[in-house]
Amino acid sequence: MEDWRKDQEIVVMEGRIKVPYRWAAGEVGTRYLQALRDEMRFLGTRCPGCGIVYHPPRRNCPDCERECGEWVELGERGTLLTYTVVRRHHPQLSPLPLPFGYGIVRLEGADTGFLHLLYEFQEGELRAGLPVEAVFAQEREGSVLDVRYFRPVREVG
Amino acid sequence: MGKRVAVVGVGMTKQRSSRPDVNGQELINEAVRAALEDAGISRRDIDAVVIGNMDHFEGINYVDTWSVDGSGALMKPIMKLTTGGTTGTTVAMAAYYHVASGLFDRVLAVGWEKNSESDTTGAIITAFDPFWDRPIFAGAVAGLALEATQYMHLTGATEEDAAYVAVRERRHALNNPFAHLHINLTIEDVMNSPYLSWPVKMGDMCPRTDGACAVVFASEDVVEEFPNKPAWILAVADRHLWAYTSDPYVNQAIENGWWFPALEWSAREVYDKVGIKDPLKEIDVAELYLPYSFAGLRYMESLGFCERGGGPDLVRSGATDMGGECPVNPSGGVMSSNAIGATGLLRVAECALQIQGRAGDRQVPDVKIALATGFGGCFWSDVLLMGREMPEKPRG
Ligand SMILES: [Zn+2]
Repeated sequence: MEDWRKDQEIVVMEGRIKVPYRWAAGEVGTRYLQALRDEMRFLGTRCPGCGIVYHPPRRNCPDCERECGEWVELGERGTLLTYTVVRRHHPQLSPLPLPFGYGIVRLEGADTGFLHLLYEFQEGELRAGLPVEAVFAQEREGSVLDVRYFRPVREVG
Repeated sequence: MGKRVAVVGVGMTKQRSSRPDVNGQELINEAVRAALEDAGISRRDIDAVVIGNMDHFEGINYVDTWSVDGSGALMKPIMKLTTGGTTGTTVAMAAYYHVASGLFDRVLAVGWEKNSESDTTGAIITAFDPFWDRPIFAGAVAGLALEATQYMHLTGATEEDAAYVAVRERRHALNNPFAHLHINLTIEDVMNSPYLSWPVKMGDMCPRTDGACAVVFASEDVVEEFPNKPAWILAVADRHLWAYTSDPYVNQAIENGWWFPALEWSAREVYDKVGIKDPLKEIDVAELYLPYSFAGLRYMESLGFCERGGGPDLVRSGATDMGGECPVNPSGGVMSSNAIGATGLLRVAECALQIQGRAGDRQVPDVKIALATGFGGCFWSDVLLMGREMPEKPRG
Protein backbone atom coordinates (compact mmCIF):
# COMPACT_ATOMS: atom_id res chain seq x y z
CA MET A 1 0.00 0.00 0.00
CA GLU A 2 2.97 2.27 0.61
CA ASP A 3 3.61 3.12 -3.07
CA TRP A 4 0.01 3.96 -3.69
CA ARG A 5 -0.13 6.14 -0.59
CA LYS A 6 2.66 8.47 -1.68
CA ASP A 7 0.71 11.20 -3.42
CA GLN A 8 -2.74 10.49 -2.09
CA GLU A 9 -4.97 12.46 0.24
CA ILE A 10 -6.91 10.36 2.74
CA VAL A 11 -10.66 10.64 2.18
CA VAL A 12 -12.24 12.47 5.11
CA MET A 13 -16.00 12.71 5.36
CA GLU A 14 -17.28 15.70 7.30
CA GLY A 15 -20.46 15.15 9.26
CA ARG A 16 -22.65 16.61 11.93
CA ILE A 17 -25.12 14.50 13.86
CA LYS A 18 -28.20 16.58 14.63
CA VAL A 19 -30.86 14.54 16.37
CA PRO A 20 -33.87 16.30 17.88
CA TYR A 21 -34.53 15.41 21.52
CA ARG A 22 -37.31 16.24 23.96
CA TRP A 23 -35.91 15.97 27.49
CA ALA A 24 -38.49 15.98 30.28
CA ALA A 25 -37.49 17.85 33.42
CA GLY A 26 -39.87 15.76 35.53
CA GLU A 27 -42.11 17.16 38.27
CA VAL A 28 -39.31 18.32 40.55
CA GLY A 29 -37.31 19.95 37.77
CA THR A 30 -40.43 21.58 36.36
CA ARG A 31 -41.49 23.11 39.66
CA TYR A 32 -38.00 24.55 40.06
CA LEU A 33 -37.79 25.91 36.53
CA GLN A 34 -41.31 27.39 36.72
CA ALA A 35 -40.40 29.33 39.88
CA LEU A 36 -37.23 30.55 38.21
CA ARG A 37 -39.05 31.58 35.03
CA ASP A 38 -42.25 33.07 36.46
CA GLU A 39 -41.16 34.46 39.84
CA MET A 40 -37.38 34.72 39.63
CA ARG A 41 -37.17 32.57 42.77
CA PHE A 42 -34.70 29.80 43.53
CA LEU A 43 -36.05 26.64 45.18
CA GLY A 44 -34.18 23.74 46.72
CA THR A 45 -35.26 20.41 48.15
CA ARG A 46 -34.39 19.14 51.62
CA CYS A 47 -33.59 15.50 52.40
CA PRO A 48 -35.46 14.36 55.54
CA GLY A 49 -32.64 11.93 56.31
CA CYS A 50 -29.43 13.97 56.25
CA GLY A 51 -31.01 17.44 56.10
CA ILE A 52 -29.04 18.50 53.02
CA VAL A 53 -30.75 21.18 50.94
CA TYR A 54 -30.10 20.37 47.31
CA HIS A 55 -29.80 23.04 44.68
CA PRO A 56 -30.38 22.25 41.85
CA PRO A 57 -33.20 20.27 43.45
CA ARG A 58 -33.14 16.51 43.65
CA ARG A 59 -36.12 14.25 44.07
CA ASN A 60 -34.09 11.55 45.84
CA CYS A 61 -31.13 11.85 48.15
CA PRO A 62 -28.30 9.81 46.64
CA ASP A 63 -26.90 9.14 50.09
CA CYS A 64 -29.93 8.36 52.29
CA GLU A 65 -32.24 6.77 49.70
CA ARG A 66 -34.96 9.13 50.97
CA GLU A 67 -37.32 11.26 48.92
CA CYS A 68 -36.51 14.96 49.31
CA GLY A 69 -40.14 16.03 49.64
CA GLU A 70 -39.70 19.43 51.27
CA TRP A 71 -39.29 22.55 49.12
CA VAL A 72 -37.08 25.30 50.52
CA GLU A 73 -36.94 28.88 49.30
CA LEU A 74 -33.36 29.99 48.66
CA GLY A 75 -31.83 33.45 48.43
CA GLU A 76 -30.77 34.94 45.12
CA ARG A 77 -27.45 35.75 46.72
CA GLY A 78 -24.79 33.23 47.50
CA THR A 79 -21.13 32.49 48.00
CA LEU A 80 -18.66 31.89 45.21
CA LEU A 81 -16.86 28.65 46.06
CA THR A 82 -14.46 28.42 43.15
CA TYR A 83 -14.15 29.96 39.71
CA THR A 84 -12.16 30.37 36.55
CA VAL A 85 -11.82 33.29 34.18
CA VAL A 86 -12.25 32.36 30.55
CA ARG A 87 -9.54 33.87 28.33
CA ARG A 88 -10.28 32.34 24.96
CA HIS A 89 -13.13 33.52 22.82
CA HIS A 90 -15.10 31.03 20.77
CA PRO A 91 -17.45 32.69 18.28
CA GLN A 92 -20.18 30.06 18.56
CA LEU A 93 -19.78 29.01 22.16
CA SER A 94 -18.78 31.99 24.30
CA PRO A 95 -21.98 33.14 26.05
CA LEU A 96 -20.57 36.55 27.08
CA PRO A 97 -17.81 38.86 25.90
CA LEU A 98 -14.36 38.22 27.40
CA PRO A 99 -13.35 38.20 30.11
CA PHE A 100 -16.19 36.33 31.72
CA GLY A 101 -16.01 33.87 34.55
CA TYR A 102 -17.50 30.57 35.36
CA GLY A 103 -17.88 29.24 38.86
CA ILE A 104 -19.69 27.30 41.54
CA VAL A 105 -22.12 29.30 43.64
CA ARG A 106 -23.74 28.12 46.87
CA LEU A 107 -26.95 30.05 47.29
CA GLU A 108 -28.12 31.24 50.71
CA GLY A 109 -30.06 28.36 52.25
CA ALA A 110 -28.54 25.66 50.01
CA ASP A 111 -25.86 23.12 50.86
CA THR A 112 -24.80 22.18 47.35
CA GLY A 113 -23.19 24.10 44.53
CA PHE A 114 -24.67 25.60 41.36
CA LEU A 115 -22.63 25.95 38.20
CA HIS A 116 -23.06 29.31 36.47
CA LEU A 117 -21.47 32.21 34.64
CA LEU A 118 -19.81 35.21 36.29
CA TYR A 119 -19.75 38.72 34.86
CA GLU A 120 -19.58 42.41 35.82
CA PHE A 121 -16.48 41.86 37.95
CA GLN A 122 -13.25 43.81 38.14
CA GLU A 123 -9.90 42.30 37.23
CA GLY A 124 -8.66 40.41 40.30
CA GLU A 125 -11.94 40.77 42.17
CA LEU A 126 -13.02 37.14 42.06
CA ARG A 127 -12.02 34.96 45.00
CA ALA A 128 -13.36 31.95 46.83
CA GLY A 129 -15.83 33.17 49.43
CA LEU A 130 -16.94 36.25 47.47
CA PRO A 131 -20.64 37.17 47.94
CA VAL A 132 -22.42 37.09 44.57
CA GLU A 133 -25.96 37.71 43.33
CA ALA A 134 -28.04 36.50 40.42
CA VAL A 135 -28.87 38.72 37.45
CA PHE A 136 -32.00 37.45 35.72
CA ALA A 137 -32.74 37.52 32.02
CA GLN A 138 -35.54 39.75 30.74
CA GLU A 139 -36.97 36.99 28.60
CA ARG A 140 -37.18 33.75 30.58
CA GLU A 141 -38.13 30.38 29.20
CA GLY A 142 -37.62 27.82 31.97
CA SER A 143 -33.93 27.02 31.87
CA VAL A 144 -30.94 27.73 34.12
CA LEU A 145 -30.09 30.39 31.55
CA ASP A 146 -33.06 32.38 32.91
CA VAL A 147 -30.26 33.53 35.18
CA ARG A 148 -27.88 35.42 32.88
CA TYR A 149 -25.00 35.29 35.30
CA PHE A 150 -23.89 36.00 38.86
CA ARG A 151 -21.99 39.16 39.77
CA PRO A 152 -20.29 40.42 42.95
CA VAL A 153 -22.77 41.93 45.43
CA ARG A 154 -22.43 45.70 45.49
CA GLU A 155 -24.10 47.40 48.43
CA VAL A 156 -25.94 50.46 47.19
CA GLY A 157 -25.41 53.80 48.93
CA MET B 1 -13.61 -15.96 46.29
CA GLY B 2 -12.69 -16.51 42.66
CA LYS B 3 -9.38 -16.65 40.85
CA ARG B 4 -6.21 -14.62 41.02
CA VAL B 5 -5.60 -12.69 37.81
CA ALA B 6 -2.51 -11.44 36.00
CA VAL B 7 -1.71 -9.30 32.98
CA VAL B 8 0.21 -11.50 30.55
CA GLY B 9 0.33 -9.39 27.41
CA VAL B 10 0.10 -5.75 26.37
CA GLY B 11 -0.09 -3.90 23.08
CA MET B 12 -0.29 -0.23 22.27
CA THR B 13 -0.22 1.93 19.19
CA LYS B 14 2.05 4.91 19.02
CA GLN B 15 -0.07 7.74 20.40
CA ARG B 16 -0.44 10.46 17.76
CA SER B 17 -2.38 13.66 17.21
CA SER B 18 -4.15 12.18 14.21
CA ARG B 19 -4.25 8.80 12.49
CA PRO B 20 -6.12 9.37 9.21
CA ASP B 21 -4.32 6.38 7.70
CA VAL B 22 -6.55 3.99 9.67
CA ASN B 23 -10.21 3.94 10.66
CA GLY B 24 -11.20 3.11 14.24
CA GLN B 25 -11.43 -0.64 13.75
CA GLU B 26 -7.99 -0.70 12.15
CA LEU B 27 -6.51 1.39 14.94
CA ILE B 28 -7.97 -1.02 17.50
CA ASN B 29 -6.55 -3.92 15.54
CA GLU B 30 -3.00 -2.56 15.75
CA ALA B 31 -3.14 -2.68 19.55
CA VAL B 32 -4.98 -6.02 19.64
CA ARG B 33 -2.51 -7.72 17.32
CA ALA B 34 0.39 -6.39 19.37
CA ALA B 35 -1.16 -7.62 22.64
CA LEU B 36 -1.97 -11.08 21.29
CA GLU B 37 1.50 -11.40 19.81
CA ASP B 38 3.02 -10.25 23.08
CA ALA B 39 0.99 -12.90 24.93
CA GLY B 40 1.91 -15.54 22.35
CA ILE B 41 -1.70 -16.41 21.53
CA SER B 42 -4.26 -15.87 18.78
CA ARG B 43 -7.73 -14.39 19.01
CA ARG B 44 -9.11 -17.95 19.10
CA ASP B 45 -7.59 -18.39 22.57
CA ILE B 46 -9.51 -15.39 23.94
CA ASP B 47 -12.68 -16.21 25.90
CA ALA B 48 -14.20 -12.73 25.99
CA VAL B 49 -13.48 -9.12 25.03
CA VAL B 50 -14.16 -5.95 27.01
CA ILE B 51 -13.84 -2.74 25.00
CA GLY B 52 -14.26 0.91 25.87
CA ASN B 53 -14.27 4.42 24.44
CA MET B 54 -16.50 7.50 24.61
CA ASP B 55 -19.17 7.27 21.92
CA HIS B 56 -19.40 11.02 21.43
CA PHE B 57 -15.78 11.36 20.41
CA GLU B 58 -16.24 9.36 17.23
CA GLY B 59 -20.01 9.52 16.81
CA ILE B 60 -20.26 5.74 16.64
CA ASN B 61 -22.70 4.29 19.12
CA TYR B 62 -22.43 0.51 18.68
CA VAL B 63 -18.72 0.12 19.13
CA ASP B 64 -19.04 -3.34 20.68
CA THR B 65 -20.38 -4.78 17.42
CA TRP B 66 -18.68 -2.38 15.02
CA SER B 67 -15.24 -3.09 16.47
CA VAL B 68 -15.22 -6.89 16.05
CA ASP B 69 -13.22 -6.52 12.83
CA GLY B 70 -10.41 -5.07 14.88
CA SER B 71 -10.89 -6.46 18.36
CA GLY B 72 -10.93 -10.14 17.49
CA ALA B 73 -14.30 -10.54 19.19
CA LEU B 74 -16.07 -12.14 16.21
CA MET B 75 -18.54 -14.65 17.66
CA LYS B 76 -17.28 -14.14 21.20
CA PRO B 77 -18.77 -12.52 24.30
CA ILE B 78 -18.12 -8.79 24.12
CA MET B 79 -19.04 -5.97 26.45
CA LYS B 80 -18.62 -2.24 25.84
CA LEU B 81 -18.02 0.17 28.69
CA THR B 82 -18.13 3.95 28.65
CA THR B 83 -17.31 5.78 31.88
CA GLY B 84 -15.69 8.99 30.67
CA GLY B 85 -12.04 9.46 31.55
CA THR B 86 -12.03 6.29 33.61
CA THR B 87 -13.13 4.20 30.60
CA GLY B 88 -9.72 2.56 30.20
CA THR B 89 -9.38 1.59 33.85
CA THR B 90 -13.01 0.47 33.93
CA VAL B 91 -12.28 -1.80 30.98
CA ALA B 92 -9.28 -3.22 32.86
CA MET B 93 -11.32 -3.74 36.01
CA ALA B 94 -14.16 -5.41 34.08
CA ALA B 95 -11.70 -7.76 32.36
CA TYR B 96 -10.29 -8.49 35.81
CA TYR B 97 -13.81 -9.19 37.17
CA HIS B 98 -14.48 -11.54 34.24
CA VAL B 99 -11.39 -13.63 35.00
CA ALA B 100 -11.60 -13.36 38.79
CA SER B 101 -15.14 -14.72 38.62
CA GLY B 102 -13.77 -18.02 37.32
CA LEU B 103 -16.10 -17.90 34.32
CA PHE B 104 -13.39 -16.85 31.83
CA ASP B 105 -9.68 -17.76 31.73
CA ARG B 106 -8.33 -15.36 29.09
CA VAL B 107 -9.94 -11.97 28.55
CA LEU B 108 -8.84 -9.19 26.25
CA ALA B 109 -9.33 -5.58 27.37
CA VAL B 110 -9.29 -2.88 24.69
CA GLY B 111 -9.39 0.89 25.08
CA TRP B 112 -9.19 3.30 22.18
CA GLU B 113 -10.09 6.75 20.91
CA LYS B 114 -9.73 8.88 17.81
CA ASN B 115 -10.04 12.29 19.38
CA SER B 116 -9.06 13.86 16.07
CA GLU B 117 -12.45 12.93 14.65
CA SER B 118 -14.59 15.32 16.67
CA ASP B 119 -14.61 18.41 18.81
CA THR B 120 -13.52 16.87 22.11
CA THR B 121 -14.80 19.73 24.23
CA GLY B 122 -18.15 19.81 22.43
CA ALA B 123 -18.45 16.05 22.89
CA ILE B 124 -17.65 16.28 26.60
CA ILE B 125 -20.18 19.06 27.18
CA THR B 126 -22.97 17.20 25.42
CA ALA B 127 -22.28 14.10 27.51
CA PHE B 128 -23.52 15.98 30.60
CA ASP B 129 -26.98 16.62 32.03
CA PRO B 130 -29.19 18.58 29.62
CA PHE B 131 -30.86 20.73 32.31
CA TRP B 132 -28.30 21.42 35.01
CA ASP B 133 -24.92 21.17 33.31
CA ARG B 134 -25.08 21.45 29.56
CA PRO B 135 -26.31 25.06 29.23
CA ILE B 136 -23.36 26.30 31.32
CA PHE B 137 -20.70 23.60 31.52
CA ALA B 138 -17.62 24.43 29.45
CA GLY B 139 -15.92 21.05 29.18
CA ALA B 140 -12.78 19.64 30.71
CA VAL B 141 -10.50 22.68 30.67
CA ALA B 142 -12.79 25.05 32.53
CA GLY B 143 -14.05 22.24 34.77
CA LEU B 144 -10.50 21.42 35.83
CA ALA B 145 -9.73 25.12 36.25
CA LEU B 146 -12.41 25.21 38.96
CA GLU B 147 -10.55 22.45 40.79
CA ALA B 148 -7.22 24.25 40.37
CA THR B 149 -8.59 27.52 41.76
CA GLN B 150 -10.09 25.73 44.73
CA TYR B 151 -6.86 23.85 45.36
CA MET B 152 -4.75 27.02 45.28
CA HIS B 153 -7.26 28.73 47.57
CA LEU B 154 -7.13 25.93 50.14
CA THR B 155 -3.40 25.22 50.10
CA GLY B 156 -1.57 28.29 48.79
CA ALA B 157 -0.12 26.22 45.94
CA THR B 158 1.05 28.26 42.96
CA GLU B 159 0.92 28.05 39.20
CA GLU B 160 4.69 27.42 39.25
CA ASP B 161 4.14 24.38 41.46
CA ALA B 162 1.78 23.01 38.83
CA ALA B 163 4.21 23.87 36.04
CA TYR B 164 6.78 21.63 37.74
CA VAL B 165 4.41 18.70 37.16
CA ALA B 166 3.78 19.69 33.54
CA VAL B 167 7.52 19.76 32.90
CA ARG B 168 8.13 16.43 34.67
CA GLU B 169 5.50 14.64 32.61
CA ARG B 170 6.89 15.92 29.30
CA ARG B 171 10.46 15.15 30.35
CA HIS B 172 9.47 11.57 31.19
CA ALA B 173 7.70 11.23 27.84
CA LEU B 174 11.03 11.71 26.06
CA ASN B 175 11.88 8.15 27.23
CA ASN B 176 8.68 6.69 25.78
CA PRO B 177 8.62 6.08 22.02
CA PHE B 178 4.85 5.52 22.20
CA ALA B 179 4.08 8.95 23.69
CA HIS B 180 2.30 11.58 21.61
CA LEU B 181 4.15 14.71 22.81
CA HIS B 182 7.93 14.65 22.71
CA ILE B 183 8.72 18.18 23.79
CA ASN B 184 11.36 19.54 26.10
CA LEU B 185 9.50 22.11 28.18
CA THR B 186 10.80 24.43 30.88
CA ILE B 187 8.82 25.92 33.73
CA GLU B 188 9.10 29.27 31.92
CA ASP B 189 7.61 27.71 28.78
CA VAL B 190 4.62 26.49 30.76
CA MET B 191 4.24 29.79 32.62
CA ASN B 192 4.43 31.74 29.36
CA SER B 193 1.93 29.55 27.52
CA PRO B 194 -1.46 31.22 26.98
CA TYR B 195 -4.22 30.94 29.55
CA LEU B 196 -7.04 28.74 28.39
CA SER B 197 -9.13 29.21 31.50
CA TRP B 198 -7.35 30.83 34.43
CA PRO B 199 -5.23 29.42 36.12
CA VAL B 200 -4.92 26.64 33.56
CA LYS B 201 -2.58 27.34 30.66
CA MET B 202 -1.93 25.50 27.43
CA GLY B 203 1.19 23.91 28.92
CA ASP B 204 -0.80 22.56 31.89
CA MET B 205 -3.26 20.53 29.79
CA CYS B 206 -3.21 17.09 28.22
CA PRO B 207 -3.27 16.87 24.41
CA ARG B 208 -5.99 15.30 22.25
CA THR B 209 -4.71 12.02 20.89
CA ASP B 210 -5.54 9.13 18.59
CA GLY B 211 -4.48 5.78 19.97
CA ALA B 212 -5.39 2.33 21.24
CA CYS B 213 -4.23 -0.08 23.91
CA ALA B 214 -4.99 -3.76 24.50
CA VAL B 215 -4.19 -5.94 27.51
CA VAL B 216 -4.55 -9.71 28.00
CA PHE B 217 -5.75 -10.83 31.44
CA ALA B 218 -5.30 -14.49 32.45
CA SER B 219 -6.42 -16.66 35.35
CA GLU B 220 -3.97 -18.27 37.77
CA ASP B 221 -5.05 -21.61 36.24
CA VAL B 222 -3.60 -20.78 32.81
CA VAL B 223 -0.94 -18.20 33.56
CA GLU B 224 1.86 -20.74 33.00
CA GLU B 225 0.91 -20.98 29.31
CA PHE B 226 2.21 -17.49 28.60
CA PRO B 227 5.81 -16.55 27.85
CA ASN B 228 5.74 -13.26 29.81
CA LYS B 229 6.11 -13.08 33.56
CA PRO B 230 2.70 -12.38 35.06
CA ALA B 231 1.97 -8.91 36.43
CA TRP B 232 -0.61 -9.70 39.11
CA ILE B 233 -3.62 -7.60 39.97
CA LEU B 234 -3.40 -7.23 43.75
CA ALA B 235 -6.58 -5.23 44.35
CA VAL B 236 -8.95 -2.85 42.58
CA ALA B 237 -11.47 -0.27 43.82
CA ASP B 238 -13.61 2.50 42.43
CA ARG B 239 -15.81 5.27 43.79
CA HIS B 240 -18.26 7.61 42.14
CA LEU B 241 -19.29 11.01 43.41
CA TRP B 242 -22.55 12.76 42.71
CA ALA B 243 -23.95 13.55 39.33
CA TYR B 244 -23.41 17.20 38.44
CA THR B 245 -20.40 19.37 37.71
CA SER B 246 -21.04 21.46 40.81
CA ASP B 247 -21.34 18.51 43.19
CA PRO B 248 -17.70 17.90 44.11
CA TYR B 249 -17.34 21.41 45.52
CA VAL B 250 -19.84 21.15 48.33
CA ASN B 251 -20.21 17.78 49.77
CA GLN B 252 -21.40 17.59 53.30
CA ALA B 253 -22.66 14.06 53.00
CA ILE B 254 -19.18 12.75 52.46
CA GLU B 255 -16.46 13.68 54.90
CA ASN B 256 -13.61 15.66 53.36
CA GLY B 257 -15.59 16.40 50.23
CA TRP B 258 -13.19 19.17 49.36
CA TRP B 259 -10.39 16.66 49.00
CA PHE B 260 -11.44 14.35 46.19
CA PRO B 261 -13.02 11.62 48.31
CA ALA B 262 -13.54 9.29 45.33
CA LEU B 263 -9.78 8.95 44.89
CA GLU B 264 -9.07 8.92 48.63
CA TRP B 265 -11.60 6.22 49.36
CA SER B 266 -10.64 3.96 46.48
CA ALA B 267 -6.92 4.34 47.24
CA ARG B 268 -7.53 3.57 50.90
CA GLU B 269 -9.51 0.48 49.93
CA VAL B 270 -6.74 -1.03 47.78
CA TYR B 271 -4.09 -0.14 50.38
CA ASP B 272 -6.13 -1.85 53.11
CA LYS B 273 -6.68 -4.95 50.99
CA VAL B 274 -2.97 -5.30 50.25
CA GLY B 275 -1.67 -4.04 53.61
CA ILE B 276 0.06 -0.90 52.30
CA LYS B 277 0.81 1.46 55.19
CA ASP B 278 3.16 4.01 53.61
CA PRO B 279 2.22 4.23 49.94
CA LEU B 280 5.03 6.56 48.86
CA LYS B 281 7.64 4.14 50.21
CA GLU B 282 5.96 0.83 49.46
CA ILE B 283 4.79 1.57 45.93
CA ASP B 284 7.68 1.48 43.45
CA VAL B 285 6.08 3.28 40.51
CA ALA B 286 2.77 5.00 39.80
CA GLU B 287 1.03 5.52 36.48
CA LEU B 288 -1.66 8.04 37.33
CA TYR B 289 -4.40 9.61 35.28
CA LEU B 290 -3.29 13.23 35.70
CA PRO B 291 -5.27 15.12 33.05
CA TYR B 292 -3.56 18.41 33.86
CA SER B 293 -0.75 19.72 35.99
CA PHE B 294 -2.60 20.67 39.18
CA ALA B 295 -3.80 17.07 39.47
CA GLY B 296 -0.16 16.09 39.95
CA LEU B 297 -0.17 18.11 43.18
CA ARG B 298 -3.61 17.46 44.61
CA TYR B 299 -3.85 13.76 43.83
CA MET B 300 -0.58 13.10 45.69
CA GLU B 301 -2.49 14.11 48.79
CA SER B 302 -5.59 12.10 47.92
CA LEU B 303 -3.39 9.04 47.33
CA GLY B 304 -1.75 9.43 50.73
CA PHE B 305 1.70 10.14 49.27
CA CYS B 306 1.86 13.22 51.53
CA GLU B 307 -0.25 15.30 53.91
CA ARG B 308 -2.94 17.64 52.62
CA GLY B 309 -1.31 20.68 51.13
CA GLY B 310 1.97 18.80 50.81
CA GLY B 311 1.72 18.11 47.07
CA PRO B 312 3.95 21.01 45.91
CA ASP B 313 6.77 20.19 48.35
CA LEU B 314 6.59 16.51 47.47
CA VAL B 315 6.90 16.98 43.71
CA ARG B 316 9.55 19.70 44.07
CA SER B 317 11.61 17.32 46.25
CA GLY B 318 12.05 15.10 43.21
CA ALA B 319 10.35 12.14 44.92
CA THR B 320 8.11 11.66 41.89
CA ASP B 321 10.85 12.09 39.26
CA MET B 322 12.69 9.18 37.67
CA GLY B 323 15.13 8.02 40.33
CA GLY B 324 12.90 9.37 43.13
CA GLU B 325 11.14 7.52 45.93
CA CYS B 326 8.11 6.74 43.73
CA PRO B 327 8.45 7.87 40.12
CA VAL B 328 5.11 9.09 38.76
CA ASN B 329 4.31 8.50 35.11
CA PRO B 330 7.59 7.28 33.61
CA SER B 331 5.57 6.99 30.39
CA GLY B 332 4.92 10.73 30.31
CA GLY B 333 1.37 10.13 31.45
CA VAL B 334 -1.83 11.73 30.28
CA MET B 335 -0.29 15.17 29.81
CA SER B 336 1.82 13.59 27.05
CA SER B 337 -0.80 11.30 25.44
CA ASN B 338 -4.56 11.30 25.90
CA ALA B 339 -6.54 9.04 23.62
CA ILE B 340 -9.24 9.11 26.25
CA GLY B 341 -10.68 5.56 26.06
CA ALA B 342 -7.14 4.15 25.89
CA THR B 343 -5.67 6.40 28.56
CA GLY B 344 -6.68 4.47 31.68
CA LEU B 345 -5.78 1.12 30.12
CA LEU B 346 -2.37 2.52 29.17
CA ARG B 347 -1.78 3.18 32.88
CA VAL B 348 -2.42 -0.52 33.58
CA ALA B 349 -0.30 -1.62 30.60
CA GLU B 350 2.58 0.61 31.72
CA CYS B 351 2.39 -0.81 35.25
CA ALA B 352 2.53 -4.34 33.81
CA LEU B 353 5.61 -3.48 31.71
CA GLN B 354 7.28 -1.94 34.77
CA ILE B 355 6.59 -5.03 36.90
CA GLN B 356 7.83 -7.32 34.12
CA GLY B 357 10.97 -5.23 33.65
CA ARG B 358 10.09 -4.57 30.00
CA ALA B 359 9.61 -0.79 30.02
CA GLY B 360 12.76 0.04 28.07
CA ASP B 361 14.19 3.51 28.59
CA ARG B 362 11.37 4.39 30.96
CA GLN B 363 11.98 1.39 33.24
CA VAL B 364 12.10 2.02 36.99
CA PRO B 365 14.53 -0.47 38.60
CA ASP B 366 13.14 -3.49 40.47
CA VAL B 367 9.41 -2.72 40.52
CA LYS B 368 7.52 -4.98 42.90
CA ILE B 369 4.36 -2.92 43.38
CA ALA B 370 2.80 -0.49 40.91
CA LEU B 371 -0.23 1.79 41.18
CA ALA B 372 -2.55 2.69 38.30
CA THR B 373 -5.45 5.16 38.47
CA GLY B 374 -8.23 6.42 36.25
CA PHE B 375 -9.94 9.80 36.57
CA GLY B 376 -13.27 10.75 35.11
CA GLY B 377 -16.08 13.25 34.79
CA CYS B 378 -17.15 14.89 38.03
CA PHE B 379 -14.16 13.55 39.93
CA TRP B 380 -14.72 9.83 40.13
CA SER B 381 -11.87 7.36 40.41
CA ASP B 382 -10.62 3.88 39.64
CA VAL B 383 -7.55 2.52 41.42
CA LEU B 384 -5.63 -0.69 40.66
CA LEU B 385 -2.69 -2.04 42.62
CA MET B 386 -0.49 -4.49 40.72
CA GLY B 387 2.50 -6.57 41.77
CA ARG B 388 5.20 -9.02 40.87
CA GLU B 389 4.22 -11.67 43.46
CA MET B 390 1.01 -13.66 43.18
CA PRO B 391 -1.30 -12.61 46.01
CA GLU B 392 -1.81 -15.24 48.71
CA LYS B 393 -5.52 -15.23 48.03
CA PRO B 394 -7.91 -13.46 45.65
CA ARG B 395 -8.74 -10.04 47.08
CA GLY B 396 -11.35 -8.44 44.83
ZN1 LIG C 1 -30.00 12.52 52.58
